[in-house]
Amino acid sequence: MSTRQYVTIDGNEAVAHVAYRLSEVIAIYPITPSSAMGEWSDEWSAKNVPNLWGTVPMVVEMQSEGGAAGAVHGALQTGALTTTFTASQGLLLMIPNMFKIAGELTPAVIHVSARTLATHALSIFGDHSDVMACRSTGFAMLASRSVQEAHDLALIAHAATLEARVPFLHFFDGFRTSHEVQKIEQLSEEDLRAMIDEELVAAHRARALNPERPVLRGTAQNPDVYFQARETINPFYMRAPEVVQKTMDKFARLTGRAYHLFEYAGAPDAERVIIVMGSGAETAEETALYLNRQGEKVGVITVHLYRPFSADHLLKALPATVRSIAVLDRTKEPGAMGEPLYTDVVAAINEGLANGKAPFQQMPRMIGGRYGLSSKEFTPAMVKAVFDEMKKAEPRNHFVVGIVDDVTHNSLDFDPSFSISDPTTVQCVFFGLGSDGTVGANKNSIKIIGEETENYAQGYFVYDSKKSGSVTISHLRFGPKPQRAPYLIDQADFVACHQFSFLERLDITRYAKPGAVFLLNSIYGPDEVWDHLPREVQKDIIKKKLRFYVIDAYEVAQKTGMGGRINTIMQTCFFAISGVLPREQAIEEIKKSIRKTYGKRGEAVVQKNFEAVDSTLAHLFEVKVPAQVTSTFSRRPAVAPDAPEFVRAVLAPMMVFEGDNLPVSAMPVDGTFPTATAQYEKRNIALEIPEWDPNICIQCGKCVMVCPHAVIRMKVYDPALLEGAPATFKSTEAKFRELPGTRYTIQVAPEDCTGCALCVEACPAKDKTQVGRKALNMIPQPPVREQERENWNFFLTLPDIEPGKISVSTVKNAQLLRPLFEFSGACAGCGETPYLKLLSQLFGDRTVIANATGCSSIYGGNLPTTPWAKNAEGRGPAWANSLFEDNAEFGLGFRLTLDKLGEYARELLLALAPQLGSQLVDGLLNADQSTEPGIREQRERVAALKEALKSVKDPRAISLAAVADYLVRKSVWIVGGDGWAYDIGYGGLDHVLASGRNVNVLVLDTEVYSNTGGQASKSTPRAAVAKFAAKGKGLPKKDLGMIAMAYGYVYVARVAMGASDQQTLRAFLEADAYEGPSLIIAYSHCIAHGIDMRKGLDQQKLAVNSGIWPLYRYNPMLIEEGKNPLIIDSKDPSVDLQEYAYNETRYRMLVQADEARAEQLLKEAREDVRKRWNLYKQMAAIQYNGHDKEE
Amino acid sequence: MPDLTTTYLGLQLKNPVVASASPISKKLEGIQRLEEAGASAVVMYSLFEEQITHESLALDHFLNRGTETFAESLTYFPDLERYNIGPEDYLELIHKAKQKVSIPVIGSLNGVSTGGWVEYARKIEEAGADALELNVYYLVTDPAITGAELEQNYIELVRNVRAQVRIPLAVKLSPFFTSLPNLAAQLASAGANGLVLFNRFMQPDLDIETLEVTPNLQLSTSAELRLPLRWIAILYGRVACDFALTSGVHTGQDVLKAMMAGANVAMLASELLQNGIGRISEILGEMTAWMEQYEYESIQQMHGSMSQKNVAEPAAYERANYMKALQSFDNKKLY
Repeated sequence: MSTRQYVTIDGNEAVAHVAYRLSEVIAIYPITPSSAMGEWSDEWSAKNVPNLWGTVPMVVEMQSEGGAAGAVHGALQTGALTTTFTASQGLLLMIPNMFKIAGELTPAVIHVSARTLATHALSIFGDHSDVMACRSTGFAMLASRSVQEAHDLALIAHAATLEARVPFLHFFDGFRTSHEVQKIEQLSEEDLRAMIDEELVAAHRARALNPERPVLRGTAQNPDVYFQARETINPFYMRAPEVVQKTMDKFARLTGRAYHLFEYAGAPDAERVIIVMGSGAETAEETALYLNRQGEKVGVITVHLYRPFSADHLLKALPATVRSIAVLDRTKEPGAMGEPLYTDVVAAINEGLANGKAPFQQMPRMIGGRYGLSSKEFTPAMVKAVFDEMKKAEPRNHFVVGIVDDVTHNSLDFDPSFSISDPTTVQCVFFGLGSDGTVGANKNSIKIIGEETENYAQGYFVYDSKKSGSVTISHLRFGPKPQRAPYLIDQADFVACHQFSFLERLDITRYAKPGAVFLLNSIYGPDEVWDHLPREVQKDIIKKKLRFYVIDAYEVAQKTGMGGRINTIMQTCFFAISGVLPREQAIEEIKKSIRKTYGKRGEAVVQKNFEAVDSTLAHLFEVKVPAQVTSTFSRRPAVAPDAPEFVRAVLAPMMVFEGDNLPVSAMPVDGTFPTATAQYEKRNIALEIPEWDPNICIQCGKCVMVCPHAVIRMKVYDPALLEGAPATFKSTEAKFRELPGTRYTIQVAPEDCTGCALCVEACPAKDKTQVGRKALNMIPQPPVREQERENWNFFLTLPDIEPGKISVSTVKNAQLLRPLFEFSGACAGCGETPYLKLLSQLFGDRTVIANATGCSSIYGGNLPTTPWAKNAEGRGPAWANSLFEDNAEFGLGFRLTLDKLGEYARELLLALAPQLGSQLVDGLLNADQSTEPGIREQRERVAALKEALKSVKDPRAISLAAVADYLVRKSVWIVGGDGWAYDIGYGGLDHVLASGRNVNVLVLDTEVYSNTGGQASKSTPRAAVAKFAAKGKGLPKKDLGMIAMAYGYVYVARVAMGASDQQTLRAFLEADAYEGPSLIIAYSHCIAHGIDMRKGLDQQKLAVNSGIWPLYRYNPMLIEEGKNPLIIDSKDPSVDLQEYAYNETRYRMLVQADEARAEQLLKEAREDVRKRWNLYKQMAAIQYNGHDKEE
Repeated sequence: MPDLTTTYLGLQLKNPVVASASPISKKLEGIQRLEEAGASAVVMYSLFEEQITHESLALDHFLNRGTETFAESLTYFPDLERYNIGPEDYLELIHKAKQKVSIPVIGSLNGVSTGGWVEYARKIEEAGADALELNVYYLVTDPAITGAELEQNYIELVRNVRAQVRIPLAVKLSPFFTSLPNLAAQLASAGANGLVLFNRFMQPDLDIETLEVTPNLQLSTSAELRLPLRWIAILYGRVACDFALTSGVHTGQDVLKAMMAGANVAMLASELLQNGIGRISEILGEMTAWMEQYEYESIQQMHGSMSQKNVAEPAAYERANYMKALQSFDNKKLY
């Protein structure tokens, strides 16, 4: 007898649960939003969880999705039950192998959390553009529309593939389904066993490559037989739909949940039918059923099996009464007749009418449209708009729904107030900060409601684009009926604002429906809070008659040792007010869930949370709402009124979660955006900011150098410019030999600072009478915000140092250069961004940057704003992200263009020399651009050239004018993380380095895939724990620098700014100056190391002093001078590796989890350090000047 | 062959050389090697409640940090099966040690809260420890706290633990009490079976280059023996409990001095960390040789023989000692 339980989990876990149990080999690679399936598999494997056959699946991380697909192919060929998980571009990388796997009729399942493909922009969110790109591979395609379906159809896919011998791509909507938490009935081991036919497993094994009975596969075929051989598979594809339906029927007998290839729901006599797949189908179906109850003859067909496309099954599913069909695609195929599902349906119905299989005689009117790209909301209102459109005499074809297309006018209007929500469903919206634990608490709440009450429950979580100070919005639904509403809540019964400051800038009460509860975390009590609310909030509360509660969660958290984490406190309030459970039971359940979630982390954590729960209710108050709006202030605008038009009109709405309202015309047509926009997004996330004490400061510039956010800056200027300075603006006599008689100021951007305090840590100047005080000290931000804003604005009016005016070979001088990378949304205290800032200071005005996908492309290019900036002349880094895997090649392309067009410009110059005059031409051709003044002079010559060209009649003058800028020296910087450089992009990186071209590669080495949540890369050091290396990595870090050095002509440097800022600076200058390929590997401390980010620089020092991160420069120029090119810049290891490693959670957690293994790995890691250090020492000691003598 | 046996906390010991709390007892193998080398008992490394709490909170902090903030990286670490935060490993080690060695195993505990002291003490008893050493350490920095209050806290603590556990209790003290005999007597009457004198603390140093306070742990030298030696000599016979001398025990002669002053056992760690566990057997050899040379039959014979009440000139242990030391200085060296 099968025993099933209800669990409250997300789509990824629901799918991984099945896939893991039905596989023997799992090849994985992280990519959002599918990573969690690989992570679950790796974790279960590390915990020795067996599969259905009692053996623990082998889970292997590959270097890319292409690699994963290759490994899957190989494992299948040798007889293992094999699976993998992926999405988006990752799926595209699998396509070559997918053709092979399908061509060889191999049973396999790839589970895809369908995600948008990168086109004009990357998007991590969901649509079907990735899976649609796989239509021709020969994979069967099975679509799930909800968490329960994803769980069920995962099993159906694994079962059906064995019988059909057609491999399956099982997909469900990225984020909307992969990350939605739902109460589902979990399949039992017995269910899985009942569905898998052991004979078919044996048959799969029997087809495997085996030297005991050898065969050959993967032949090369010729025109004589390839075609015929390709047609042999037809019977399998013809049979596959029946196999799937048979499997679905068997599943239905087992579980009671019946699925069909094409699922019809709605009026039996429907005249208007929508055909759709994925989570949108659930919305469409619920809406159709609602409209049926209003008497409308509508229906919906959900497509489950999209490939092989069974026209027969589709025709059978359609009601004979249908007069109009709308096919909705969650993808876009520019230039096509229509999107793929639409064209398939049109073809099927045409064929059906022709062959008489259609249930109707007359061709229904057919329209197609797009919806939901990149997880764009798809709501009942939009479904209704489609049904309404179908009623029209001339319905719009090839429409879009969900956006306003004011360019090609393709969009359907919809009434946003249309709602089908069931009155028995309770809807709740919570606004929190990423760091306050709101989402975690809500996930627990959903589990409690789902598993401890009879209610069905659903949770979905929205995050903003920043990694520090980010806003989260949790959407929770629960009630006695299943929650089939895969869209956000806009009219909630309960709205909670967990951070008071949000009210200043976000419209939160708009989510509340009349009579709803509004819970606010407020330092102001019930009697005083009213006066601190903006007018708009007061107005809404009164108008909607909201029941208004306040809690001072900060105080409770402070008193109970919770710090900034107010999660359990707000959760307790939610349960207390919502009454979903009796209070006492709710508190008991919260405590149970606290123990379950945190128990492993120790009793102290559990007790701290318990105390917070117990202290909460005494601080929760209902506010007596006044009848009148009394507030004297309004919500502040997203950006200052003097911001540029594009920022105000386009970027500002995105900053306040109103980007959905922007029409098509607001968006650039080709994905091109202005830079220097982060300066307008004043986020005010720091509770404390540094304050400068000029009397202690030694003007070393170290604080400016290490600031990850470019919010602390220094300038040296003419004292006369201080006229008109704000009263509190500080300055002191500048101590720069080259700049006598000047003043010096260090100024902080108060509203952009994240409060990470790295500057304070880096500051070497201590007060002699009170050593705890430095030249920089953290002070609370709010009291000085206004004053420092004024000071900052004045500071910006002071001129920047002119490049070339002062040598930048020292940190102190280099930090006078203006950063052209500022105010990024990276984690507070990020270890990567200081390197980018340095790059931007030194070369920003003449650099083109190719940025691999990863953290740096996210904080560098995730809308709404970008930290890449411009100098006073309007110059600055030009930046682009292509993909994850191709970044080195992408950057090489930049170089090739710069070189080629530079060459072409020089050719044209020579050709036009008679008209232009030899002085100008010679100057341009022979310019020394090795220094900044040299470059500046060349720019002036180019300006003169452009001017001169205006009067040249030769047609080549136009060509030269267009390429004249290429005569100015440009640098190419290729930037990315270790996941790119060591793994997925390594092949390309190797080739680009080998090319000998003048490119500079900066590897921001965090030793894990930071952006996707800390999966191991080949850069991960031995003994560190990471996802996909849950037992601690057992092999040493790949020595990328050594590999590059092997070429002999690649400049290689290994740097750690926290250990030696001067060596870092020198390496950047040398790399840029070197005319060949350069590689800088930069130690980047990271939140994924589990360190106190404030101590990131200290960790860098310890890394170097322990020898695990030796500093060196390998400069091929030295070989020409007869010198050894390798210079080791750090001293012999002086501290034990443990002193460095055990400051970091990634190493420590292994000690806690498995001390013996931790000890063993640490011992081996010490040996790694020793061996490598010895090798470097020997390499650095080799005599290079003896070479000639030998000859 | 002289008789080296002694008793401590009611335990019969084959000799007075006991391994005090140190990293050596962090591993079963270390405890076994101590026994093999001849140690008559082993005091386990200290279980610090504060450290457990800190590790728990720190792990929680770092595992939570940055999570559920950005859609692509909702967590940064895998969820491991267990983290061994808590006393379980410590208790397990006691349990295993009791099965592997025949010498008594003495638990050592440093608590923070009353609840913590009592709970962990009981767990150590349940794990099979033969006795428990309470490693009491509270550095007062608040001028409002009086010495009497602090002492009262110590006494209460012993009383609370005593009420909950049956195994013998020893209290390890620092030397910084104005009236040590009074405190010692009160601790004994609160239920302490023995006093361990004295705890050594890490004394931070100042780095005048970096202007930072730097932690500094120095291993003891024989010179440090004199402080506990004096106080055991004073307390012996005055306070009804056993004494363990710890700090500065490096040689057989050091152990013999401890015995003569009135200690039941001498505990050592620095010597073993510096010169190896094998030093125990050498020390025992040195003791035996000395006792044979001077015709001592047993440790019992010399126990307390040079305590304050048994010496000819008791005042030598008091202020006069200081005066004499001053006079013995070479004046020339002062200039």
